[in-house]
This record gives sequence, structure tokens and C-alpha cells, in this order.
Amino acid sequence: MEATGHPEMTEPASEIEREVEDLIGKWAGNPSKTIMAMLAVQEKYNWLPQEALEYISIRLGVPKGQIYHIATFYKVFSLVQRGKHILQLCTGTGCYILGSALLAKTLDKRHGIPWNGTSDDGLFTLESVNCIGACSMGPVLVVDGEYHANVTHDRVDALVKRLRKRANKEENNGEA
Amino acid sequence: MEKLRSIEQFKLFQDKCRREFEEYPLVISVCQGASCRAAGSEEVANVFEKLTTGSSDIRFIKSGCQGFCEYGPLSVVRPANIFYHMVKPGDVTDIMRSTKEEDEVVDRLLYTHPGTGEKLGREHEIEFYSKQHRIVLALNGYVDPLRIDDYLAHGGYSALAKALQVMEPGHIIEEMIEANLRGRGGAGYPAGWKWKSCKEAPGDRRHIICNADEGDPGAFMDQAVLEGNPHSVIEGMLIGAYAIGGTNGYIYIRHEYPQAVKTFSAALDKARELGLLGDNILGTDFSFDIDMTFGAGSFVCGESSALMRSLDGQVGEPRDKFTHATEKGFHDEPTTLNNVETWANVPHIINKGAKWFRGIGTEGSPGTKVFSLVGKVNNTGLIEVPMGTSLREIVYDIGGGIKKDGKFKAVQTGGPSGGMLPESKLNLPVDFDALTDAGSMMGSGGMIVMDEHTCVVDVAKYFIDFLIDESCGKCLPCREGLRQMSKILHRICDGQGKLKDINDLEELAETVAATALCGLGKSAPNPVLSSIKYFRDEYTAHIVEHKCPGGVCQSLISYHIVPDLCNGCGECEEACASLAIHSVRRQKRKEGLLREIDQTLCDKCGACVQICKENAVEKRSPAVAPAGAA
Repeated sequence: MEATGHPEMTEPASEIEREVEDLIGKWAGNPSKTIMAMLAVQEKYNWLPQEALEYISIRLGVPKGQIYHIATFYKVFSLVQRGKHILQLCTGTGCYILGSALLAKTLDKRHGIPWNGTSDDGLFTLESVNCIGACSMGPVLVVDGEYHANVTHDRVDALVKRLRKRANKEENNGEA
Repeated sequence: MEKLRSIEQFKLFQDKCRREFEEYPLVISVCQGASCRAAGSEEVANVFEKLTTGSSDIRFIKSGCQGFCEYGPLSVVRPANIFYHMVKPGDVTDIMRSTKEEDEVVDRLLYTHPGTGEKLGREHEIEFYSKQHRIVLALNGYVDPLRIDDYLAHGGYSALAKALQVMEPGHIIEEMIEANLRGRGGAGYPAGWKWKSCKEAPGDRRHIICNADEGDPGAFMDQAVLEGNPHSVIEGMLIGAYAIGGTNGYIYIRHEYPQAVKTFSAALDKARELGLLGDNILGTDFSFDIDMTFGAGSFVCGESSALMRSLDGQVGEPRDKFTHATEKGFHDEPTTLNNVETWANVPHIINKGAKWFRGIGTEGSPGTKVFSLVGKVNNTGLIEVPMGTSLREIVYDIGGGIKKDGKFKAVQTGGPSGGMLPESKLNLPVDFDALTDAGSMMGSGGMIVMDEHTCVVDVAKYFIDFLIDESCGKCLPCREGLRQMSKILHRICDGQGKLKDINDLEELAETVAATALCGLGKSAPNPVLSSIKYFRDEYTAHIVEHKCPGGVCQSLISYHIVPDLCNGCGECEEACASLAIHSVRRQKRKEGLLREIDQTLCDKCGACVQICKENAVEKRSPAVAPAGAA
């Protein structure tokens, strides 16, 4: 399958395309940078919006099908919108044998944050991550990029409560 | 910074760096490895930075991983090597004050020997460090990874200068073959031979790749090198490129290591600024640069042919290996791929010679190996030992034995591709061949210690499920075989297994190992095969007695509150997310009513065990059926 359009001649048309252009323009016409481009987009939006992927496809000259193949193959990519806070529970072997997987139960039952899913209020996404290299401090929970070491059920509980409280406060302030 | 345009200029600059570094009588370093960061070392470093800015006596260094991760944040005062552990931001002023007096140390921050209770003030007095032999990690803790000057002050890039000045490319390859440096990524293929066949393969361009996709869960050796001493990897790759005739350089680095990405990219910039990367390096005809690409969370991309496809922006599916990558690799051109630790060994071999290198380690596996020692061991962390060191020395001498005086059950080497070795194999010397003979493998260096509270069937299930997630799905044995193995393992862990399942597992595992396309599939059955080989009785216990000896498999355990131990505080009731804990009427205890667990509601998360200060919650296996159930 051939890619549609001409990478070199594409002009960004919408707001999101302009934003994506800033991130990936330097790789125009270079299909070998597809993954890098997708990573950059995901870092900005926290997920991969369809419009952005279509723009990458045209700009880099990669068939759309291949982009979706990549998006579903690599673990970091998300084709659905993720929560405001990303909780990554390390399930590397070190953390696993220290019981990290059991912590997911507390998050699910008590806070409605399903394993590999997003809470109904759209505030939290819980994902597993394959080892972040802090094995001595397991189980490790990464909250929006910040490492929390030696987490237990009640520490996870407290952490989520705190974030939720802050979010509620912000919402109330916003309304007032 | 001015570009260095000749080797003489480089040597002068190196001398200048050395003098500048030595001007400081004291060097204080704070570890910024991932574990230490998780324990709060960034805050500690901020305080140090504030207090040492502008000081002419103290050089403050934010170093890479220093290894003793269990006790982070770590801080070392050199040259006396005073070792402080579990440093809090509030301790910094005390450390600073102690440096003003000779022989003064902050007693409370010193490591205490768990056996003798003796305070050990110096790094080399601690067994964790004294039994190690550090080559690749030697400068971790001594240099600031963001300052190329520090690396140069410690003799960095001398090997490159030596190679460019006095060694012919062919001579370097001979030296590498003589050194017999085997690939530290796990397979153990001799780097020298790889270089030689790549050099001899026809083609105009040659690719030099550094595999920094450390996907092995429970392993962080490469992360420590990339974050602690990135220039050693760049120097190794430069020497390789010079010897092989490499034209294009790449590093494929895991995006889950944001700090490593940042440090390495800064290191590349610095090397370019100094003219150590780019065109006409140090005024010679040799030109080379390294391009950085990120992995996107795929374990199979650590496999060389998958990595090369991913590097090209495609899906990381391996291909068959009828032709070697050294002849037709990246873009079907000759390619040399080595991992981080392998490249980082190269400058040392060039500097000190193959003979020196062969003097370390064993005959078949010379040199050292970095391991990440994690799991249920007292001194978790990053270690570097000569090849041939026994597992017992690693677990008991360096690792300080099992946590909470527990009983050793197994050690997993080689991550998901390796095997579990029991106590009877503790005297095994760690080298490539000995581990393979025992049914495990060296792997990239993850070493996970398990105690009696770990279930080997559960761990085997964990690895197989991990590999199902990570399998690319291209070949049937791996895609379907692993899935069937997982089904059987789940059945056994759920207490629904039959004795025949063990034989079926073995047969399936052998088939997958024999027929899968790439290294991931071929080695995937190792955890299952080795656990059946050494722990068959645990499998039988699950199947026949419905008992999980490790007390892990949830269908086979139940939690109970011991009435005599419960003090009625009720914290477990608070902690229980399943609302399975309730009080028992008229059963008064010191702080309230006795609690009880409703077995029909309990989902066995273990939160009550964690919270109970009286250790009143006990685990029973086989599970006690809920009252009323048939």
C-alpha cells in the first residue's frame, strides 16, 4: 500500500496539525522516524489522537495501516484517551515477587481504577510497566513520572485520596 | 568548548581536566540512580548543591548508580571513601560539618554490619563492595555523568586516542578476539569475531549499534552505565567503529528510562562539541556519529533483528538468522550490534590489553559481569563480579543472605529467558557455559533471589504471561505454544491441575524451544523447564494437595485472624477494600472487638497482613473453605 499525499508538500491545516508539525516537522519524509514521531505526539497529548496519526502518515510518508500496526504493537502507545494522572505500577520481576500486583486490587476495589484502564471520572489511568530499574525499592508506583518506593496498600490508598482531593478542589475553584 | 583538532591537543586538554579535578581536596557524591531517586536522593542533592556552590574545597557530584540500592540515598566523601547511607536532606549540614575536621564522621549515617553490629565507615570495609571487582562500574560514583571533563580527568577517551594513534584497525580486532569479550547482552557471542566478520563483509556502509533496550524485568545494569558513565559507551562504540570501518552509529534506548535518555543525549552533545564525535575526529580521517532512537516498550525489540526493524521505524518482528547481521543487518548492510555493557568494556581492553582482561574471570568467560541483585535478599543492588564467582558468594557474601533470615528457595538468572536454580546449585560458578549447562542462562544480568514465601509455579506463570504479552506473534510455536503453557500453569495455580499437566508442560516447552523463530521464543520455556526440573514437588503439591508451598497462589490460600493474637484495633477492617472483615460480638480484646475474615468476601489482597502490627493475620494453604460451602 502506498502512502497518500506528498510528505514534502503537506501544510498543516488545523490546530492539532500545527502542533504536531512542530513536533515532527524535522522528520518529514523519513519513515524510519515513525516511532519517534509517535512517541513525541504521545508525550504531548498523553495518547495518540486519530488526527495526529493521520498527519504523521502523510508527513512522514507511512501508510496509515502501518501506523496503526505500530500503535498496537508497542506497549507505550494508547489509542484511547488516558486519565489526567497516569499511575504506573511496576510489574518487573523484582516488584512482582514483592507483591506489586496485589496493590492493583486496592486501586480497583476502593478507588474504581481498573487494571490497564481509566477510572470513570477520567482522573486516573492505571497501567503496568515492565521494570523501571528501581528494583531495590519495590514495589514501585510511578505517579505522573514521579517514583514512589516501597508502596503498600495504605500508601497507595493515601496517594490516590490526596490526588483526588486536589482534583476536587481545583474543580470547585474553577466553578467558583 | 573548542573542538580538539589533534591527538596532542586532546592530551593537553585531558591533563588540564585532571589538574582541575585534583584541585579539590574533597569530593562529595550523591547517588542519583533510579532506586536512590525513588528514595528521595534528588532533594538531598539539592541541599548539597546549595551548600557547595562556589566552594573551592569541595567538589559536589551528582553521580550515577553506586550500587548499594537497598540503602539509598547514598553519599560518599572522597578521598577517604566515607560511606553514608539512607541520607535525608536534614543530614546534609552534619555531613558538611564533619568534612571540616579530619577523622570526623557522622556516626548515625554509617552502615552497620548486620551480624556483628559494628559500624563500618569506609566503602571498602563493607562486604557488599569489598567482594566486587569493578571495571565497567568503576567510575560510577566518581564522575558527574553530565561533565565530560570528569571522565577525561579519570583517563577517559585515552583508549580512543591510543587506538587512533598507534593501533591499526586490524590490530584492534585481533586484540578483541584475543580478549574473548563475550556479548554481555545474554547470548555470549564473542565480540571480536563479530567485529571481524562485519569488517570483512562486502558493503560501502557499516552500521554500529548499541543495544540499550534493557527490557528484562528486574534488571537495570545498562541503565546504571548509561546514567552513570555514558562516555564509556560512546568511547567503546567509537573504537569499534574505527576498527570495523563503521560509518553510521545508533543507540536504541528504552523510553522507560527517561533519566538515561537525558544523560546520554547530553553526553553525545558534549562529545560532539569536543570533536570526539563527528567529522575528522581528533584531526584524523576517521568520522563517526551516533544517532539516538527510543524503544517504545517492547521486550522483543531487545532481540537484534527485531531491534534493527524497530530502529527503522517499523514493528519489531525478528527474522530468521540464516544470514548474520554482520553481513546483512540494518538496511541489509553489514552491522555490528553489541549491548551497553559490552561496549563499555572495550576502552578498558584497549587501554590495558587483552592479557590483562583474560586474567580476570574464567577461561571460557573472561572479565567481569554486572548483575542486578534483587528480590528477597538483604543487600539488593547493582554488583560487578569476576566471572566464575559462585552464586553462593553473590547471594550470601555480597547479598548478605535472605531477608528476615528467611530460607533460600531459588535464584533466577537471565530474566524471562533464564531459569530458576535451587539451593543445590548455589556453588555453581557464574559464567556463560556453567549457567547454560544448569538449564538457565547468563542473560543480561538480572538476578532475582526468591525465598520460601515465593511460589516457583507462580513465578513461571508470571514469566510466561509476560512473554505472551511481549511475543510479536510472528511464529506459531511462540504465539500459540506459550498461550497453551500459560493455560496449564493457570490451571495448576488455581488448584485445577492434573498430574498429566506436568508432562504436557514439559513436552510443550521442549517443542517451543526447538521450533521458535527467535531467541525470545527459543528461551521462553526455560523458567518452566527449570522449575519443573528442580521443583517438581511444588508442582505436585499444587495439583495433589491443593497446597501452595510459597503461600502465593490465591486460589490455594486463605487468610485468618488468630483470635489469641488479635488486639481488636480494627485497622484491618479499615484497610480491607473488599469489606470482608467484621467484628465478632462479645469477644472483647484490649483495644476493641475481635475481628474475623469472611472467606466468601475476601479477595486475598493481603492488605490486612501488611497493616496488622500484632502479626495476627495468618495465611493457610490449602485454603480453608468458607463456612457453608460444600
